Amino acid sequence: MADLASTAAETPVDPANWTCPAPLRDQPVVVMGHGGGGALSAELIHDVFAAAYGNPVLAGMGDSAVLNLGGVRLAFSTDSYVVRPLFFPGGSLGDLAVNGTVNDLAMSGARPAYLSAAFVLEEGTELAVVDRIARAVGAAAEAAGVTVATGDTKVVEAGHGDGVYVTTAGVGLVPEGVDIRPQRARPGDAVIVSGPIGQHGVAVLSVREGLEFGAEVTSDTAPLADLVAAMLAVTPDLHVLRDPTRGGLAASLNEIARASGTGVRLYERSLPVPEAVAGACGFLGLDPLYVANEGRLVAFVPPGEADAVLAAMRAHPQGGGATVIGECVAEHPGMVVVATGLGGTRVVDLPLGEQLPRIC
Amino acid sequence: MKYIDEFNDPQLARRLLDEIRATVTRPWALMEVCGGQTHSIIRHGIDQLLPEEVELIHGPGCPVCVTPLEVIDKALEIASRPEVIFCSFGDMLRVPGTGRDLFRVKGEGGDVRVVYSPLDALDLARKNPGRQVVFFAIGFETTAPANAMAVHQARRLGLDNFSLLVSHVRVPPAIEAIMTAPGCRVQGFLAAGHVCSVMGTAEYPELAEKHRVPIVVTGFEPLDILEGIRRAVRQLERGEHRVDNAYARAVREQGNPAAQRMIEEVFEVADRNWRGIGPIPASGWRLADAYRAYDAAHRFDVTGIRTEEPAICRAGEVLQGMIKPTECAAFGTTCTPRTPLGATMVSSEGACAAYYLYRRMNGQAPHSAPAPTGTPGPQGSRLPQEEMNPVG
Amino acid sequence: MCLAVPGKVVSIDHRADPLTGLIDFGGVRKQACLEYLPDVRVGEYVIVHVGVALQRLDEASARASLELFEQLGLLEEEFGDAWRQAALQESGSEAQ
Repeated sequence: MADLASTAAETPVDPANWTCPAPLRDQPVVVMGHGGGGALSAELIHDVFAAAYGNPVLAGMGDSAVLNLGGVRLAFSTDSYVVRPLFFPGGSLGDLAVNGTVNDLAMSGARPAYLSAAFVLEEGTELAVVDRIARAVGAAAEAAGVTVATGDTKVVEAGHGDGVYVTTAGVGLVPEGVDIRPQRARPGDAVIVSGPIGQHGVAVLSVREGLEFGAEVTSDTAPLADLVAAMLAVTPDLHVLRDPTRGGLAASLNEIARASGTGVRLYERSLPVPEAVAGACGFLGLDPLYVANEGRLVAFVPPGEADAVLAAMRAHPQGGGATVIGECVAEHPGMVVVATGLGGTRVVDLPLGEQLPRIC
Repeated sequence: MKYIDEFNDPQLARRLLDEIRATVTRPWALMEVCGGQTHSIIRHGIDQLLPEEVELIHGPGCPVCVTPLEVIDKALEIASRPEVIFCSFGDMLRVPGTGRDLFRVKGEGGDVRVVYSPLDALDLARKNPGRQVVFFAIGFETTAPANAMAVHQARRLGLDNFSLLVSHVRVPPAIEAIMTAPGCRVQGFLAAGHVCSVMGTAEYPELAEKHRVPIVVTGFEPLDILEGIRRAVRQLERGEHRVDNAYARAVREQGNPAAQRMIEEVFEVADRNWRGIGPIPASGWRLADAYRAYDAAHRFDVTGIRTEEPAICRAGEVLQGMIKPTECAAFGTTCTPRTPLGATMVSSEGACAAYYLYRRMNGQAPHSAPAPTGTPGPQGSRLPQEEMNPVG
Repeated sequence: MCLAVPGKVVSIDHRADPLTGLIDFGGVRKQACLEYLPDVRVGEYVIVHVGVALQRLDEASARASLELFEQLGLLEEEFGDAWRQAALQESGSEAQ
């Protein structure tokens, strides 16, 4: 690839004479990709939301914000949950709504304490469905050790929603001496994932209308705060934690690499991809690195602590499948690169929008 | 998984690579015809492992990349109609037509659905008798049996609300066009394995003979691709030019006769426009007369739509292996994966997108002239979108 | 051009029109049209592309390919070619 470097000087292009058939960044309407957790999502946040109300706290860009309030360090996070279908192998919208926000809090090292739950219901939705989701919220909150402290309900007209949308927000306390955020990734850090990847995304796709397939895959949706506490008991000096949801491991690692100005190098052979996930990704043409997880975390741990942290994770029910998948490096800052099984490399870029089944 | 894991074995890959190294004595340019092979080459980093004498040129074998702009514009027009459910393979949704793409049409209220199979689109037609279901029937010979089956079933079942927007292309005329184009650098072909699973290999000996070029039918796993390269290089070094089957487990000489019969019944050979390349005689299929009623272009009267490529994009020359992506003026400047000008930059395995990513990686790696810390690399200042920090 | 993957025929529905079977892709099961392989049997492997089986996989051919690749290596080890050994080491270090 030496020839690439040698042709760096290109003829400049006169933008006035330029006729782009579809500059995708100029989409004048919201497209599904804006919600895919990739480059389009990032652009929407940067151009619209950060431009409108950006501030130093929001710029921290963790899964949750850490606030100094009344002498304590409070983690605060919110997330809206939409999933089709509402129930899928291994969980439901209710599980996601609790575990997702609990995990966002846990990714700053916080012990989640209280949640809010706001329901947007579509006119005509069976009450039994709402009841099932509400019960799932209750059960998941109990399992995660959090209390739903406040809530809200709105109804929209038939045809204006997918049955049920849930928004939760949560707060928790960050222990003394803990400072976990994407900017703290350092070359040399071990990159550890807490278990097999791709299960949630594949489980949901397996029951998606038009794609249905039979799979022995269930969603990994689970609360991770307890696992994080076990890791912090080994060392408070965890550098970064992230739960790789939308956009999968690829999106999370790209975000960390860009926020910290480091590179990430993964070893393909170490990636824990269950056979059924590989099988589904194979015939749909998806890359497991881009498939969503709802009960996994990826950790950047100082090299001296990696073995002990890994052992603690493996001793925990949510981290039994924990494994080192790569390392943080000084090379190729802002980029994620995979060392392939054959000894080559490939770049894992930030996804643009959502991944779709492909034929080519 | 059987037939996949064994053909990913790194030990055997090493042996094949050693054999290629031992065989090659001078530079050779091979074209892998199929986008699926390009995908595999990039995904496994195969191109970086080959001796420098062996150059792989990424060919025009991605149906998404070569679907002409005017067909995409027709798709956008049809998909915008309120009575239509427009079904497509997922990778077509991002390909830009004039001013917009299928994602945008969907965002503006069009009923655009991603399906896994044309037979799924047929099911939708059955379940939605009050709607017009249109399937975007792109593809090479591999996809033709599925698309043919869907429209054949529709006719048998009398499903008048189903139609195809056809943009079907064939490999042999493309090889002919590439070999006869001025400036052609291709010295050997890795032919597309799954195309040959359907069509067999009968169409290729004539091409190999006429252009004195080895054509090796090649599979898709890393060992398959390395074996295809090994056989092509061996032929070139010996001055041979034959058709060779390096994918025997899935390709028989006669192909799949039942599938060929269905293709013959439903389609007829037609001239086709290839995006970025232009018209190639007899390079595609259209619906045969008996199925003309199921042609969406006629049903929705969009046959008048005529559009042309932007002049600056040289995707066509890239697809034909005449230039490297980096030789295009737009590469990495006005044309990036975020804002693709041509189809080769759209698809993640498109030649331009692949080059773009590796350039970014190598441009800042210490072993190849690092940019000073704190200052943007040569292309950094031109790519603000790529440097932005996203948040979850 | 064509994402097609091998899968094992688990069952065949002979009443389905078109002929349909259940295919296992490493633990994931999906229906595919078998109309173009009318005499395919349960237990055989087929190549599936967009929901349609295109060709059966021939086990003997697969084995022959793998044996050929093995032999390439054996020849090398027998002759102990120094150039190849050097190349092997070089490519080995690239993998680090």
